[in-house]
Amino acid sequence: MAKITYIEHTNKKHIVEVPSNMSVMEGAIQNNIPGIDADCGGSMACATCHVYVDKKWFEKLKKKDEGEEDMLDMAYQPNKFSRLSCQLIVSNELDGLILRMPSKQG
Amino acid sequence: MISTDVLIVGAGPAALFAVQQLGLLGLKAEVVDNLDKVGGQCSELYPDKPIYDIPAISECTGETLIKNLMKQIEPFNTNFHLNERVDQLAKEGTKWKITTNRKKVFIAPSVIIAGGVGSFEPRKFPLKEAEKFEDSGVFYSIRDKKYFDNKKICIFGGGDSALDWSIELSKNSKVVLVHRRSEFRGTSKNVETVNKLKKDGIIQIETPYQLNSIEGDNKIKAITIKDDEGKIKKIDTDYILGFFGLVMKLGPIAEWGLNLDKKHIPVNTESFQTNKEGIFAIGDICTYPGKLKLILSGFHEGALAARECFKLARPNEKYKFEYTTTSKNIHERLGKKYI
Ligand code: FES
Repeated sequence: MAKITYIEHTNKKHIVEVPSNMSVMEGAIQNNIPGIDADCGGSMACATCHVYVDKKWFEKLKKKDEGEEDMLDMAYQPNKFSRLSCQLIVSNELDGLILRMPSKQG
Repeated sequence: MISTDVLIVGAGPAALFAVQQLGLLGLKAEVVDNLDKVGGQCSELYPDKPIYDIPAISECTGETLIKNLMKQIEPFNTNFHLNERVDQLAKEGTKWKITTNRKKVFIAPSVIIAGGVGSFEPRKFPLKEAEKFEDSGVFYSIRDKKYFDNKKICIFGGGDSALDWSIELSKNSKVVLVHRRSEFRGTSKNVETVNKLKKDGIIQIETPYQLNSIEGDNKIKAITIKDDEGKIKKIDTDYILGFFGLVMKLGPIAEWGLNLDKKHIPVNTESFQTNKEGIFAIGDICTYPGKLKLILSGFHEGALAARECFKLARPNEKYKFEYTTTSKNIHERLGKKYI
């Protein structure tokens, strides 16, 4: 379980508890947090679950799997803190995670 | 004008199986999809990724699944209208009139929307100015490459489309290839070729940069690109090409007066009818309590929608449930000899 802060591009904050083993993307969808579309349902095929991870958290996350960086090429306005939220699996270590959503996903 | 029993929007797995279910009931379907091939997401997003949750098939790729579904509907000689998008839907008497972007018109008592999550469209540059120059200076696909001869062109992207076109257009024009990181995800052959062209001074590669601004009034004069550290570079150019893959957009479906719930169409789970009589939604695009976005759910949804389509297409006949193992009618429709 981890408390995650999702910040919309308008700066609206959503703080929710997401159970372990769920993806950060699913945490947003199940809590009706706007800003993550996840068109492909988490199969790393759409890049519409793109988020910017808070600087301090970015290094702490598990490295990107092969393919995630490729998919990020297609994301809307990616930067060096970009991740695909469907690839971030929640665990106790992620407690306090902060991320921002782009102004749109595609 | 084409008259049919059912018009199906989309040609993914749910749509193809719906064709089969309709066919078994003796109904004819026409299929419209704006991609250039059948298969929807299976063909477009994961043709060679294995799928493990199709009943009775332990493992198969998206491509194989679509091939098998196409084989299964062979007896019904279905017409596919590919590269075509359904734009309008209007009531005409008791039927629906469907018009595509190529002005093809269909008349049918039922429409099944099996549109996945909408239609695939090229991803565009985030910049506002890019919209203004779209199709005059900013392009996301190439129809006639001669148009770009002897020009200055900036190509954005890191996949094979970006690399292919950089290689091709550099034969007759000055190409600058821009990508957000220094690795390209194209085939190693393409990456090698591009690097060689760079070494020979034929093309210029700028990484890790993204488009920052476009300059010019009626015509593009130059662009600026920016890296993650904020460093900006200016490049003189005539045209900008962006190759960022495809994104799914709901598109015209949003304008048909259907109830929508976050890009999805609510349906009842008895017939998968929407809020409009004769309009059904199946597969990933429909939603209802407990909806699972699985191919298998799309199959079930299509089977039930097909029964309701029968009632609308044959109001004077009684619907009769039949098994494929024993029904003479079904065997005839499949072109099988029965014993
Ligand atoms: S949900 Fe599609 S890539 Fe993450």
